[in-house]
Amino acid sequence: MSQPSDRILTDAMIAEIRDYFPRYPTRQAVTLPALHVVNRYLRHVPRRAVVEIAELLELAPAQVEDTLTFYAFFPQERPHGKTRAWVCRSISCHLRGAEELMDHLCRQAKVQPGGTTSDGRLTLEHAECLGACEHAPCVLAGDQLLKTVTADDADRFLRSLR
Amino acid sequence: MGEYEPVLLANVGVAGSHTRAVYESRGGYEGLRRALCDMSPADVTERVKASGLRGRGGAGFPTGLKWTFLDKKATPVYFCLNADESEPGTFNNRILMEEDPHQVLEGLILSCYATGARTAYYYMRYEYPLAWERTRAAIDECYAAGLLGSNLLGTGYALDVVLHRGAAAYICGEETGLIESLEGKRAWPRIKPPFPAIEGAFRKPTVVNNVETVSCVRQIIDRGVDWFRSLGVPPDPKNPRDAGSFGPKLYCLSGHVERPGCYEGPLGLTVRELIDRFGGGVWKGRRGKAAIPGGISMGLLREDEFDCPLDFNGPGRYGCLGLGTAAVVVMDETVSIVDVLHNSCRFFAHESCGQCTPCREGTAWAYKILQRIRAGHGRLLDIELLRGIGDTIGIMPGTTICGLADGAAWPIKNAIAKFRDEIETHIKTTNPGHYGATRPVPERHSAH
Ligand SMILES: Cc1cc2nc3c(=O)[nH]c(=O)nc-3n(C[C@H](O)[C@H](O)[C@H](O)COP(=O)(O)O)c2cc1C
Ligand code: SF4
Ligand code: FES
Repeated sequence: MSQPSDRILTDAMIAEIRDYFPRYPTRQAVTLPALHVVNRYLRHVPRRAVVEIAELLELAPAQVEDTLTFYAFFPQERPHGKTRAWVCRSISCHLRGAEELMDHLCRQAKVQPGGTTSDGRLTLEHAECLGACEHAPCVLAGDQLLKTVTADDADRFLRSLR
Repeated sequence: MGEYEPVLLANVGVAGSHTRAVYESRGGYEGLRRALCDMSPADVTERVKASGLRGRGGAGFPTGLKWTFLDKKATPVYFCLNADESEPGTFNNRILMEEDPHQVLEGLILSCYATGARTAYYYMRYEYPLAWERTRAAIDECYAAGLLGSNLLGTGYALDVVLHRGAAAYICGEETGLIESLEGKRAWPRIKPPFPAIEGAFRKPTVVNNVETVSCVRQIIDRGVDWFRSLGVPPDPKNPRDAGSFGPKLYCLSGHVERPGCYEGPLGLTVRELIDRFGGGVWKGRRGKAAIPGGISMGLLREDEFDCPLDFNGPGRYGCLGLGTAAVVVMDETVSIVDVLHNSCRFFAHESCGQCTPCREGTAWAYKILQRIRAGHGRLLDIELLRGIGDTIGIMPGTTICGLADGAAWPIKNAIAKFRDEIETHIKTTNPGHYGATRPVPERHSAH
């Protein structure tokens, strides 16, 4: 184990991860919960964190890496923006203008889908069906569901970012 | 059909419906209290079996029967609640979990009691933060009230519910993909048999059921078998293998209708009834052109097929894959089928888990071909290529491990069978010089 001082996982993160242990019959089952914990704190899961998670879960780092990369959900290279906005592009949203909405957001925020604004406030991503099709086109921004989003709504949302 | 009074959605719109206090003030947990005292687990299973309840998650397997497949000698038994709801067009699980999380929990507890499970993994997709918060709070309330924990209501029955959060992958809704994901691995569906009832989560007997399914279990225990069987469509007498389509159903309606939403009715409403009576008609006074009958995997109906009933047999009679989730997505007359198919192919190419070559490659190629056609570089030959893919990927042709590939194939097959003229016209008018080409187009033409 590396020196505590150059560990990436903090004591708080480790405690949260350990809390999951009794809920599952195997340590490996704590992989996703652990990745979520780390991503919540660091907004990405760097390689070093993968190694430390693997150590906690008594797995090979490759096992954690394997699961992590499957989901394409946890960034590894650099943190996602303070707010992560998922713009739905599946059929119901598509029928109600999702493509135009994404174009508009990209233009106004000056990013490409998948990109993060230069001030680090926003990461804009495509999502498949957000399960809120009655509110199409919709965007999940952090924990906030933006419903039937117009261009004006989109602008208001961008202005609200801190 | 007379006026139908919603039961699954009865609490939606009631102030504080997500709290235990309001849920109990409206009769919640009474059925559970009675069942835990007066009924054995086998009684509950028998009742669910007698009701004819079939799974609401897409496959329509009889729920009570599934429970009896559990290997009784092996312990522990795990229950996995499938709240991964990711089929495009579908959002009824979300409504239930946001608006009435205790109903879902009551159904889950009853189902666990019936199957002897002492741990339930509640697998919820990542994208449902409000449902997550409310379900988490509801579980805490249940522990505090002795409705979960080491001794339920003093009966000696012990049950823990563990909320588990997904990470945005459609394939985690497939039951064995869900199990693999729960175990901390990549969500690669397993080859069956063995079915989860014999060897499931952590290699133990496991039941996987959908959120709406367990909510129906709660209603069956409350209202009885006769009530349940009075709704829906009885078995086809000419088909001895048909188990019927009994009970209430949550229909999700979206796309080009005036009032999109989640509506409850008996199984067997037609697509047209849904659009006209519940949805306020096709939007903007336009005509309908097509509809998806049960989530995008189920394929496409033409407007002249909107009288298709949404029961377990209906969509199949119109060439669709099945009832799926009964999520209806309506498209008006201005929609381009090429555009719809492009959207569908992109979805499946993105969501294929990559384990089976026919699915991984087939969905990727179908998407490339649609990109080409949409960009105005299509050839008539592409329709045959697409058909070749549609006919060869899936469980039905026997080339893949799970049904995602069948779901990818069906919109392709239906689009070609039902809208071929439109696709041909699109190809000819957008690529007038080269639509007849029989050789691959130069690479620069494909958009990817
Ligand atoms: C690709 C694929 C995705 C699926 N997604 C879901 C889902 O999101 N939710 C669900 O309940 N069932 C889903 N299913 C069906 C499940 O495999 C399983 O049949 C179901 O959860 C069983 O529960 P039920 O009998 O209560 O419907 C999916 C199946 C496939 C092939
Ligand atoms: S059919 Fe597709 S999604 Fe299903 S297991 Fe095979 S590759 Fe994965
Ligand atoms: S298609 Fe966008 S939320 Fe369902």
